[in-house]
Amino acid sequence: MASLKDMRVRLASTKATQKITKAMQMVAASKLRRAQVAAEAARPYAERMDRVLGNIASAVAGSDSAPRLLAGTGADKVHLLVVCTAERGLCGPFNSSIVRLAREKANALAGQGKEVKILCVGRKGYDQLRRQFERQILETVELRGVKQMGFAQAQMIADKILARFDNNEFDVCTLFFSRFKSVIAQIPTAQQIIPPVFAPAAKDAGAVATYEYEPEEEEILADLLPRNLSVQVFRALLENAASEQGARMSAMDNATRNAGEMIRKQTLTYNRTRQAMITKELIEIISGAEAL
Amino acid sequence: MTTLHFELVSPERLVFSGEVEQVDVPGIEGDFGVLAGHAPYVSTLRPGILTVHAAGGDQKIVVLGGFAEVSAQGLTVLAELAETVEDIDRAVIAARISEMEERVAKMEPGNELDKLITRLDHFKTVDRHLNGTAMH
Repeated sequence: MASLKDMRVRLASTKATQKITKAMQMVAASKLRRAQVAAEAARPYAERMDRVLGNIASAVAGSDSAPRLLAGTGADKVHLLVVCTAERGLCGPFNSSIVRLAREKANALAGQGKEVKILCVGRKGYDQLRRQFERQILETVELRGVKQMGFAQAQMIADKILARFDNNEFDVCTLFFSRFKSVIAQIPTAQQIIPPVFAPAAKDAGAVATYEYEPEEEEILADLLPRNLSVQVFRALLENAASEQGARMSAMDNATRNAGEMIRKQTLTYNRTRQAMITKELIEIISGAEAL
Repeated sequence: MTTLHFELVSPERLVFSGEVEQVDVPGIEGDFGVLAGHAPYVSTLRPGILTVHAAGGDQKIVVLGGFAEVSAQGLTVLAELAETVEDIDRAVIAARISEMEERVAKMEPGNELDKLITRLDHFKTVDRHLNGTAMH
């Protein structure tokens, strides 16, 4: 049986752990607020962009001159999966749920005889994927040291994707990230970005207005499509940042609560043991005195 | 006067949303004014200064690229960067200008160079305007 000293040491270490998880929870909570505001502020842009682009795309659809970024390469052989995860762990199922979704998709595509390539954003995703897909991972973008996710980072990732697309390295590109719904609910999501899939236009908006374009549709699209790509990546990064903090907050909340439970049990055992020892010593003294 | 709904969004945030009388937008092929009841219209923007005429007074906003959409719901401007003239950091503009000047110096003549020079000119115009208002 453990000595009293051992138990004291163990109790102290559990308490220290609880302090750490508590602190991490509070840090995550304050970061979450900022990340959530940023994610929500970025939503209008991405939504408007999607709507406008959808309108223009439906006007251009069918014509042969539709740009490749919009219409795709016409093939469906090589898929690029862009897997966005966090740089750090200790955030519950956040990273593994994104990776699981990506892995299922990759396996399904491989089963259909298609080629899969992977671009990792964030170190954690790479760590988890490399065991199975070492050779298919083209590149890993690490965003360590980035405090506040800015448009520049998204632009950089989008440029990488575009450069590979222009080199005909893939036909279809899908983005994996975690959509921030609430602190306790983050939904791993797959979004196809090349060629883009638009939400069907709402019927009550009336007939799609015929726009006048300045300059021509093609020129506008040539400008708009790469921008749309960056915007979608940017949104994914922001949603991810908020989700990560949310997941970490609830994971650390659980950890703090578990530590509290452990402390309660350990304190009880410690006190019992201590009492038992005192009683034992008393008995020894009394029986010693009686023997005299 | 009838008003139209105007929204100005940058990737980071919703910069402006509300009812306005008129908006002057720096389009790629020249400035254009948008009043209520404007025909559906889509245009890309050049880096320049967007003026909002609202009941409370005028407001000038620097926009760097992006595009504008006029529909029955109003005017939506999606800008790469949007800051009011008072808030914008001139160093950002200056840095962009010097960066572009360096690239222009290195580039081979061609379509790309022409595009970049045009873009550089837009930035310089914005810069001049900003410095001009500062002096007054």
